[in-house]
Amino acid sequence: MEKWIVSSSPHLREGRSTQGIMRDVLIALLPAAAAAGILFGPRALLLIALCVASCVAAEWVCRRVMKRENTISDLSAAVTGMLLAFNLPVGLHPLMAVFGCVVAIVVVKQMFGGIGQNFVNPALTARIVLMTSFPSPMSSWVQPFAYLDGSDAVTAASPLGILKESAGAGLPGYLDLFLGARPGCLGETCALALLLGGVYLVARRVIHPAVPLTYLAVAAALSALAGRDVLTELMTGGLLLGAIFMATDYTTTPVTLKGRVIFAAGCGVLTMLIRLFGSLPEGVSFSIILMNLLVPYLEKWTRPRPFGAQKEGRGRAG
Amino acid sequence: MERIVKPYRVHGGARVPHRKNTAHAETRAMPAPARVLLPMQQHVGAPCEPLVKKGDRVLVGQKIAGSGAAVSAPIHASVSGTVAGVEKVLLPGGRVSDAVVIDSDGSMEPDPSLRPPKAETLEEFLAAVRESGLVGLGGAGFPAHVKLRVPAGKAVDTLILNGAECEPYITSDHREALEHPQDVVEGARLVQGMLGIPRVILAVEDNKPDAIAALRAAAGDAPGFAVLPLRSRYPQGAEKVLVKACTNRKIPLGKLPADAGCIVMNITSAGFLARYFRTGMPLVQRRITVDGSAIQNPANVLVPVGTRIRDVVAFLGGYRGEPRKLLMGGPMMGLALPDDGAPVLKQNNGILAFGGADAKLPEPSACIRCGRCVAGCPMNLEPLLLEQLAEQRDAAGLARSGVAACMECGTCAYRCPAHRPLMQAIRLGKNLVKQAGGKN
Repeated sequence: MEKWIVSSSPHLREGRSTQGIMRDVLIALLPAAAAAGILFGPRALLLIALCVASCVAAEWVCRRVMKRENTISDLSAAVTGMLLAFNLPVGLHPLMAVFGCVVAIVVVKQMFGGIGQNFVNPALTARIVLMTSFPSPMSSWVQPFAYLDGSDAVTAASPLGILKESAGAGLPGYLDLFLGARPGCLGETCALALLLGGVYLVARRVIHPAVPLTYLAVAAALSALAGRDVLTELMTGGLLLGAIFMATDYTTTPVTLKGRVIFAAGCGVLTMLIRLFGSLPEGVSFSIILMNLLVPYLEKWTRPRPFGAQKEGRGRAG
Repeated sequence: MERIVKPYRVHGGARVPHRKNTAHAETRAMPAPARVLLPMQQHVGAPCEPLVKKGDRVLVGQKIAGSGAAVSAPIHASVSGTVAGVEKVLLPGGRVSDAVVIDSDGSMEPDPSLRPPKAETLEEFLAAVRESGLVGLGGAGFPAHVKLRVPAGKAVDTLILNGAECEPYITSDHREALEHPQDVVEGARLVQGMLGIPRVILAVEDNKPDAIAALRAAAGDAPGFAVLPLRSRYPQGAEKVLVKACTNRKIPLGKLPADAGCIVMNITSAGFLARYFRTGMPLVQRRITVDGSAIQNPANVLVPVGTRIRDVVAFLGGYRGEPRKLLMGGPMMGLALPDDGAPVLKQNNGILAFGGADAKLPEPSACIRCGRCVAGCPMNLEPLLLEQLAEQRDAAGLARSGVAACMECGTCAYRCPAHRPLMQAIRLGKNLVKQAGGKN
């Protein structure tokens, strides 16, 4: 007589896994990583590798110390490492980068319970911690292709910095912006590569296109209202990187599509407010983190009504 | 015949693999098994009481159990032979029921007193449907005579024949549409005429174009009839989803299709009604799909109700490899059985057996809040939230979050990339709410 397995239905699974989703995100980040290598040289690739390795190592050690089941195989720590590296200037001291990785994984992610539990984006929070800890190294931009003639130390102003300081004189052209030939964080400059990654994520149904499109559309509309050049606005700073890869992070955004679209719209508004009126040139990181903090409220406001429920019988207190 | 081109929009669902391996093979009829077990509970409602005792000789179609309760359905002998006694059997889902056990004499001799029932008035019709023992053949097992009695004050203008068959593997309704399309249409016209319903929609998922064509041809220009191809997306056949797709109406929470002006009936049930009113033979046999990686020769089989699953499997050449999981119903909503000695029930449309990797589910990991369960829920619930509340044993929170609305289609758990046992947690949550309600 065989021994039958008795379990709760459904007895079939779609075949997707957390690891598979994270792998898709890593694949989507590859074009931008390649662009960083071309634009900023081998040092960019080394920094990416260092951040990925540090994040994975930090997660491994952390889970060991907490005596919890190890989760590095879900690849989420590798994604965090890659995203954090994308938010750093290529010339940053490696130890500072490692410090950022430890903050992202240990403080922001694991101390709150690990994957799915952190309430703010680990990579962005680490970037903000690095910016406030090391303001000067974190805003020392290098000209693209400077590595070719060995002039690594040449620092330059980022396009948003130029906008802030000198109202636009000396901005790179659209083609340079699109291909990423401008100073900036190593993974944020190449619009083409980021868009490729975004298309891949949409095609693989990892993200819903409404989220990045809402973020970009709101930012574009506000910059048009403010009389700024819309395309330049969209292709500078970390806007594309943030809209495609950070504002779509599952854990730190609402669970309903409606909630996510409102989240993205809020990010667009905050980004433009910071860019137009703040003393910092760039506002993507802060706007996403601020919206992360609002997620519990967004969830409460966008809770779906069960199918067939009467209006007055909504029956859902938050 | 009226043409409806497109179904209305429905929320959520999932793309499931079809695996309709048995769709294109003629139904095989199974000879009388040595013994049948007829549980007294093969329907939603009150269990039946046996009308026969050990040693009685019974004939095919003879009523052997009934109940005076309003919501119940009588049970008939599915083989001719001798009553061996009344035994306890474990029903799928864990309940224990008495079952009349009949040892077959192998002759399948029908009860000579069976006559086509008289149905000139609605009352006669409903009484005859009750005596037929018919319950919803799509899986729910709701007594048909109760479903067809429209509550006073409610107007029903649409009869929906459910041929969606959205579960993977299962093709028993598909074969009914191909083998007996005339019976399906005749049964539907009977109900239409008796209840005075203007519109009849035969709804079939569009992965069965041959069934759609067969039903269209059979319906011809019958007044008020339309065949509606549904999107092949699980769970199109769930009552609330189906009513929305066919009529754009929402069944209010906790209400019946009649509250949205609809009656929903399985197409095999309609085919059965046509045959019953022609011959008088009650529900004693049914078509089941037998499939899965651990079945030697998958097929649709016409089996006497109460045949033990292992006898059906043996008739098809036995198991392949080592079977580890046995399901009554489809892989999305079917119940896992602890024993293949369990009998085939009236409402049972499939038996699936799986071996090796197919029998196991992946290990769960932490929820990443991807929202796929929320986007997939046809009832617009938030399964991840319900799971948390169930883990916290928060009955009040579960009730507020609408856990009672869940129809257990399993789409959330199917889609979850973290393989959370969402369905199990939600079932626990429903019980918590029931228990808490009982205390107040």
